[in-house]
Amino acid sequence: MLDQKLHVKLPEGSIEKDTTTLNLGPTHPATHGVFQNILEIDGERIVSAVPTVGYIHRAFEKIAERRPYYQITPLTDRLNYCSAPINNMGWLMTVEKLLGIETPKRVDYLRVIIMELARIADHLICSSVMGVDTGALTGFVYVMTYRELIYEIYEEICGSRLTTNIGRIGGFERNFTPAAFAKIQRFLDEYPAVLKEFETLLTRNRIFMDRTQGVGGISAERALNYGFTGPNLRAAGVDYDLRVANPYCSYEDFDFSIPVGTTGDCYDRFQVRNAEMWESISIIRQAMEKLKGLPEDVYHADVPAYYLPDKKDVYTKMEALIYHFKIVMGETDILPGEIYNAVEGANGELGFYLISDGGRSPYRLHFRRPCFIYYQAYPELIKGSMLSDAIVVMSSLNLIAGELDA
Amino acid sequence: MSLTNERIQQRLTEKFGEALTGFEEPFGMLTFTAEKDSNLKIMQFLFDDEELRFRFLTDVTAVHYPERKNEELAVVYHLHNLQDNVRLRLKIFVPVASPKVFTATKLYESANWMERETYDFYGIEFVGHPNLIRVLNVDEMTYFPMRKEFPLEDASRIDKDDEMFGRGGTI
Repeated sequence: MLDQKLHVKLPEGSIEKDTTTLNLGPTHPATHGVFQNILEIDGERIVSAVPTVGYIHRAFEKIAERRPYYQITPLTDRLNYCSAPINNMGWLMTVEKLLGIETPKRVDYLRVIIMELARIADHLICSSVMGVDTGALTGFVYVMTYRELIYEIYEEICGSRLTTNIGRIGGFERNFTPAAFAKIQRFLDEYPAVLKEFETLLTRNRIFMDRTQGVGGISAERALNYGFTGPNLRAAGVDYDLRVANPYCSYEDFDFSIPVGTTGDCYDRFQVRNAEMWESISIIRQAMEKLKGLPEDVYHADVPAYYLPDKKDVYTKMEALIYHFKIVMGETDILPGEIYNAVEGANGELGFYLISDGGRSPYRLHFRRPCFIYYQAYPELIKGSMLSDAIVVMSSLNLIAGELDA
Repeated sequence: MSLTNERIQQRLTEKFGEALTGFEEPFGMLTFTAEKDSNLKIMQFLFDDEELRFRFLTDVTAVHYPERKNEELAVVYHLHNLQDNVRLRLKIFVPVASPKVFTATKLYESANWMERETYDFYGIEFVGHPNLIRVLNVDEMTYFPMRKEFPLEDASRIDKDDEMFGRGGTI
């Protein structure tokens, strides 16, 4: 070693160091978003990892302090953009709770349908991307077709596909069309067979099992200490699901179970997500059934002070004109108050901490973003494993850069 | 299995007495304020106590109230007892001149980044934190952008005056 030092001019300390520093990301194709990790590796074993986040921070909390409430909904789209409707609904339900608005049952059920569709869209991406990262691209390309069907449903309901801005304070902007129901029905008819096939492709696949079992495992205790929520926590064996623990949006009317894992490794997370997709399909079916007994023209609560009136009424009716003006110009009184409201997002507990001082925009709005909190565990999860495992662990955590960086 | 807000309040007042003030229940969530040096003691008690068992840290954040003298910044903790499914909110007010509270990283690993985020945006110094550096903003930033003294838009702009409908030019 001394001889080497004499002949080669290397930076101080680089010969004595027996590990390699590797910069994984921020724009690596395998990281599915802008994540940077500075890895210290010994051969192919990871010794330590230092994650850097914040590459797409857009200051939503600051922006929200100047926007009227209904203009904050599009900001929430851009948190977890794989399941934007859940974020929208979570925000709208927070405001409704603050204002004391009770939504009709039909609105609740329509929202449940949309939220569960979004959960399926999110989980199918995550599960199939795990396949991609272990070398099975086929499943991913195959289920994309069915995510497309979900996006077509969104499009039919609200006009947009990825960042949906779906729903308004009190309900939906317009009623679901018969075409929307037909599309939901088509999805319900076609998707179960596909999901079954997708599971056949990976669940008992030797290569997939070897790559994921025992990789990135975490105990229930550590997971709770790290603030895990959602499928990642349930994979570790804790049956905490907000839809059951604190039912919102009439989830108490539905019959479904919470799938849990045991070891909290990548394979368990994959299994939990797949099982949750089956539960979601069942919830949507139940909701479609429940809708049949309800009046078909109800799609929002009767709250003229917060819900924009029909455009044709604005031109012909005095009150509608007044309310339209007040809502659009942000003159509506929002009650002062302090509230924390959470929904079960696709990757965990998505919370909204809202303080209103009675002004047109929130005094303070804080998003509890699940993946910002559980991404902290990433160095612990990959320590001692191979470099290729780090990639699988990252995709199994369902990290969404937009949500992480807010 | 039913841990009520009254019971939590009773347990806490037995233990800490005058250190806790402002008990209220907005939307059913027990909320109270603690003296600024006592946050870790209270969280440790909430964590260890066999009856209270608040062992899940849901959220840490801060709020800036520029008009409250000597207690401009509020650090807000949301804690959750998963067994009984009860949440509570703990607030600590600190002066903006020396915003210091104790870190909760020894109790909850999840507090690490949440406290870094709070430091990043509000400049709260978490005493004892292992790695208190910015997490979302650039490292070179010299100010704490979520404080109310930083307007979202350039206050000197005259083409976008929303004095009439908004909060005015300062927020």
